[in-house]
Amino acid sequence: MNSFLRCVAIMRKELLQLSRDRLTFGMIVGIPLIQLTMFGYAINTDVRNLSAAVADQSDSHLSRQLIADINASQVLKFTHQVGTAQELETLLDSGQISIGLFIPHDFDRRIVTRERQAVQLLVDGTDPIILGVGRQLTSVPVLFDTQRNARNGQNLIEVRNYYNPERRSSVNIVPGLVGVILTMTMVLFTAVAIVREKERGNLELLINTPVRTTELMLGKIAPYVVIGLLQVVIILGLGGLLFQVPLRGDRIDVLWASLLFIATNLALGLFISTSAKTQFQAMQMTFFIFLPSILLSGFMFPFDGMPDVAKHVAEVLPLTHFNRLIRGIVLRGAEIQSMMNDVLALVVIMVVTLGLAIRRFSKRLD
Amino acid sequence: MIEHQAVVSARGLSRVFGPIQAVRDVSIEIPEGTIFGFLGPNGSGKSTTIRMLCGLLTPSSGEATVLGLDVRKEAEKLKQRIGYMTQKFSLYEDLTVQENLRFIAEIYAIGGKRRNSRVEQLLQEFELKDQCKQRAGTLSGGQKQRLALAAAILHEPSLLFLDEPTSAVDPQHRRDFWETLFQLADQGTTILVSTHYMDEAERCHQLAILHQGLKVADGSPRVLGQNIDVHVVEVVADNANRARQAIGLMRQVSSITQLGVRLRVLIPKNIPDPATLVKQVLEQQQLVAQVNQVAPSLEDVFVAVTDLQAQAA
Repeated sequence: MNSFLRCVAIMRKELLQLSRDRLTFGMIVGIPLIQLTMFGYAINTDVRNLSAAVADQSDSHLSRQLIADINASQVLKFTHQVGTAQELETLLDSGQISIGLFIPHDFDRRIVTRERQAVQLLVDGTDPIILGVGRQLTSVPVLFDTQRNARNGQNLIEVRNYYNPERRSSVNIVPGLVGVILTMTMVLFTAVAIVREKERGNLELLINTPVRTTELMLGKIAPYVVIGLLQVVIILGLGGLLFQVPLRGDRIDVLWASLLFIATNLALGLFISTSAKTQFQAMQMTFFIFLPSILLSGFMFPFDGMPDVAKHVAEVLPLTHFNRLIRGIVLRGAEIQSMMNDVLALVVIMVVTLGLAIRRFSKRLD
Repeated sequence: MIEHQAVVSARGLSRVFGPIQAVRDVSIEIPEGTIFGFLGPNGSGKSTTIRMLCGLLTPSSGEATVLGLDVRKEAEKLKQRIGYMTQKFSLYEDLTVQENLRFIAEIYAIGGKRRNSRVEQLLQEFELKDQCKQRAGTLSGGQKQRLALAAAILHEPSLLFLDEPTSAVDPQHRRDFWETLFQLADQGTTILVSTHYMDEAERCHQLAILHQGLKVADGSPRVLGQNIDVHVVEVVADNANRARQAIGLMRQVSSITQLGVRLRVLIPKNIPDPATLVKQVLEQQQLVAQVNQVAPSLEDVFVAVTDLQAQAA
């Protein structure tokens, strides 16, 4: 009973201070907003409306169908119509177009016989992303009506894009951003929480009262759990609104995954808090967690593509596991029960760091 | 003052911080209901000793029992029963006066109606009613100090530690503050207060003078004055500077302190009739002065004991 009263007292005090600290309060809402728009709009690997030109020497029903289908994909935007391959090259040289589409006069026959490639893409390969688009475009024709006419083709590769048919990167980035923002704010807030009291001299008073370490730690963490959930709502809500990111899984699963991840980050922050002497030091230490989290967790680069050493490091970072959980739930509609490994990993990281934080914190000054 | 059993009892308390010996072999006994003062300059080990006695710092060696509890092993139990006012203001500057007191109440597990009535009572007693909705950071020095004391006694501890409580307060507030301390002592609270002000030390029932981590003297201010082994000669001279130079050349003099036109000259007790001796020296220099042997003040005691300490070292 006394324990509960003390815990609530710390919690209430923390909330009061938080509501008066405009900068921190601004960070709670500001960071998700800024990051979401920044990552959502600026880091954009979608390719849309690349300027292109077409030289259609066949001018048949099928060739017009092909052009129409490519047009419909919105990847290319045909700005020029020319007669020869040379003219396409000139346009490429001058930088007016990034991709040229050349349809030879025997296009219809080539489609049927499949002896040679039917069309040629002239691609400005200096930008690897554009080259990638060119490669992908080779699969576009197989999906349209002409496919029926060319069923006997050997090298027809059908690319079927699940979950993100429009290949928009914001769909992948927004759920990942939930984890990144939570890592950034939650670790930082709690890392600073105890150090701030140390710096301002409040801690000397506090450790001279009967308050227990566990009560102090829990009371400090609890308000931030609520704040973390608020951030999750902001990010996923705005992600849906601005970038049409779907929420395919169960909301309850999102809640559980987020709660677990928030608690893990808070425990990590407390651990930093007990090791740092000043708020500045705490911030520096936060960066040691934040940077690898962003780079190795699979948020920026696909996990499977990383070397083994990086993978091992990534497995220790809470964000790696949360990324798998949240992407699974939000994008694939997976149930949290199907990803118990990652849940377990988060629980272990949390228990260990919280235990270390409580052990390291001393109610003495020596 | 009737001597009760000792509330604080320390034997050979020492504390080192790396190569620095902050407190060396300090032993004290503080009887119940007294105001006990630690007098000493900055860095003399006052704060360190207080922190060891409330269980905040583990002594490097020595033993201490406070309210019958061992400060090494039973520090947590002790915290429920003592009040501690830190040297630096340590309540939350971004909380209001009332919020701060309510928070402290809850930390001591005083909740609900009891909390509100106790906070209300303290706001009245410490004249903070008008400031109750004001943030603590915007209070004046005197108000901050009253708030800190209110917070320290909120849970009605029987022993109160005050670490230089009046360092940021004007003389008027200091007087008021001491009034409050005497009231608390009358109600049976034992108070340990550290200070570097002589006038405050003078008010304490008992006193320990600390110098470079050592306890160099203790007792009541009056007894300390009687036990001092120097004579005090006061010289009022027209030309105080020249008088000072002349007396400074006397090999018997252990120290001279100038207070405006007055000089306080300390001369060891084994020299008979020190006033005449000083008078002769001044007459030789044709200096006009009034010379009288006077009773030692606490400042004289302080100068004498720290001086002896320095000579011994």
